[in-house]
Amino acid sequence: MSAASNTEARGWNSPLRRGLILFAAMFVMVVAVGMVQGTASILLILTQATAFALIALGLNIQWGYGGLFNFAIMGFLMVGGASTVFLSYPVNMAFWQSEGPLLLGRALAAFLIGLALVLLARRSHRIGIAGRWKTALVALAWFAAYVIYRSQIDPAAAYIESTAGFVGGLGLHPVLGWAFGGLVSALIAFFVGRISLGLRTDYLAIATIGISEILRALIKNMDWLTRGTMTVSPMPWPTPLPQHLQATGMSIPDSFVFARLGFLVLAGLILVGAFIIVQRAYGGPWGRMMRAIRDNHVAAASMGKDVTGRQLELFILGSILMGVGGAMLATFTQIFDPSGYQPINHTFMIWVMVIVGGAGNNWGVVLGAFLIYIVWVISDPLAQLIFLNLSQLTGSLGWGAIPEIDSRALQMRVFVLGVVITIALRYAPRGLLPEVVRREG
Amino acid sequence: MDELIFFINRVLISGTVLGSIYALGAIGVTLIFGILRFAHFAHGDMMTMGAFIAFVLASALAALGVATPLPMAFVVLPAAMIVTALLALGIDRGFYAPLRARGARPVTLLIASIGVTLMIQGLIRLIFGSGTRSIYVANEPKDIFRIDMGWAGGSRPISITEPQVLMFAVTAALVVALHLFLTRSRLGKAMRAMADNADLAQVSGINTALVVRVTWVIAGALACVAGTMLALDVALMPDLAFNIVLPIFAAAIVGGLGHAYGAIVGGFLIAFAETLAVFNWTAVLRPLNALLPEGMALPANLALVPTEYKLTVAFVILVITLLVRPTGIFKGAST
Repeated sequence: MSAASNTEARGWNSPLRRGLILFAAMFVMVVAVGMVQGTASILLILTQATAFALIALGLNIQWGYGGLFNFAIMGFLMVGGASTVFLSYPVNMAFWQSEGPLLLGRALAAFLIGLALVLLARRSHRIGIAGRWKTALVALAWFAAYVIYRSQIDPAAAYIESTAGFVGGLGLHPVLGWAFGGLVSALIAFFVGRISLGLRTDYLAIATIGISEILRALIKNMDWLTRGTMTVSPMPWPTPLPQHLQATGMSIPDSFVFARLGFLVLAGLILVGAFIIVQRAYGGPWGRMMRAIRDNHVAAASMGKDVTGRQLELFILGSILMGVGGAMLATFTQIFDPSGYQPINHTFMIWVMVIVGGAGNNWGVVLGAFLIYIVWVISDPLAQLIFLNLSQLTGSLGWGAIPEIDSRALQMRVFVLGVVITIALRYAPRGLLPEVVRREG
Repeated sequence: MDELIFFINRVLISGTVLGSIYALGAIGVTLIFGILRFAHFAHGDMMTMGAFIAFVLASALAALGVATPLPMAFVVLPAAMIVTALLALGIDRGFYAPLRARGARPVTLLIASIGVTLMIQGLIRLIFGSGTRSIYVANEPKDIFRIDMGWAGGSRPISITEPQVLMFAVTAALVVALHLFLTRSRLGKAMRAMADNADLAQVSGINTALVVRVTWVIAGALACVAGTMLALDVALMPDLAFNIVLPIFAAAIVGGLGHAYGAIVGGFLIAFAETLAVFNWTAVLRPLNALLPEGMALPANLALVPTEYKLTVAFVILVITLLVRPTGIFKGAST
């Protein structure tokens, strides 16, 4: 909030100075929170903020570079989380020794048969079936494929859930799991983009949020794959866990600090790497082309740029970062809980980060991510403090204490987030660090 | 006969209930889109807000010792509609109008409406807590009417609850009133003209600022009705309508954004599609088992989609609509 009022001050229009001041302000804020809440706590916040910064960079590629409206962020975070569960969770021998793999293989075969049916129906114009008949045939093929797949997957799912619980993981290194999360997200983004990127902004927003809800429903209910609402934990870390450090004789508070520090360094390295790539791409001819498409896609198309293809490219690239970030978050919290994902925390908050930070400016987006996440986290204790004081006041006035302070204070975060984005849109619509468009010549 | 009664209870009645709510919400969404050209994302929370306003008013009346034969929240509905409409006007004045005055793009307004969503949700939870509560403040019983079907050979009755009957009546009355308003009154015609072409409407002397205000009043009042009715039928909770804002948008888009009648059709279409998709067909087709050969008996559960995927049905329809006929059933407005 203090930073939002900073932008009111004119006379420091130099982007560099402005950036330095805002980052310094954020640093002071981090130190202050660290002093109040303790080192281990601020490290926790910073690590999660790093993952969110990676996700916000992904959205910046889509919205800031390409002007693509994506409300499916939550879906991609869940995909990333579920993928890293599959790759890095320890192997579940009970599943591999059961009939499960065989049944799943049959389900896969059914899926492929269904796919072949649909593809064949789509090519039926080759044998002279056209117009309405072809449409009907394609619809029929979709239905048949659905029935065939359901007839195989339902018993397989029931069997696995009743015997082995769930498929389990492959026991690989978590960093591989993160990469896999990015890969699966890219794959899904490809299909989502193919379907929906032709839509105008408002329609795209509704379509993507719908896709995100479909992804959530699938991941939440495919118990055989993700364990659904029963949650998967504990997820292994790529760096030593606090328990491991304690085993080497470290004291408990120290072990948390050093374990989280290790994770933070790894996450920070990934963020820096992604940032350098994204930033360099923005400055290069590729970034210039993307901005041209964003600002006037008709003109860009007339210059021979493949608008749809490029937009799909941006959508996929952004989704990769979202998948990796989502995988990181799931690994860090050590628990994958599909019901813990909410549009407010996992879609809208990212949007607030990008809008407040400055869409199109990577520095701004990273700043926004850290700033908003810290504001989000500290709104809760601050609100609690205010409520406790108010409660004493109402108590002394004879109105009785305020009930349920804990759960109410938690909701303060949502309200603060709404206020922040409203203020940003009204008074700093281009963000704290607006996009700098350099014009040569 | 019992199978038919089961079908009426499970599909016809619950589909109509859901359809009424979707339609009332979608009308608001579609009117706002038609006039202001942006997807008002906070509409679901305006419904929730309306329900909570009705709740507060009803609690106040109940505290005064007033007793009515109908549910208290229903009795205070007109007052709650007025309050919600005023709040909707205030929200527009405070959050959307400044952005419009600056000439912001529709997408900025869409993001602003997310800010409004967050603020309304946060405020409701701050004030009322995040738990579920009953909107029946005076412990009124939720009457269930059972229509005995013995005369037609049915052993089970058709059952319908009091709020459901009220909802059908109110929805029908509101739709007729809206139709008369849009087709007969000067203001309604001005609204349709503005939805068609805002610039042309302005140069022909239509007071566009007034039309915008009327739009918010209608959208707010309808949102209040939909929210209160939903709360009467289910329960009152802070994310009451946030969860159904997506099917509502699907309904508005399927019907053609900006098209009020389309929104009604879309609402019922989505609602019945959802209800039919999760309906267990075995319950109706069971008599066929006598005709089918041994070993071909129907499985115990023959639903097209498992119940937990009910919400996804709306999106599948939405995606298909967007691919096949992006303007919706009736030709909708564009951004």
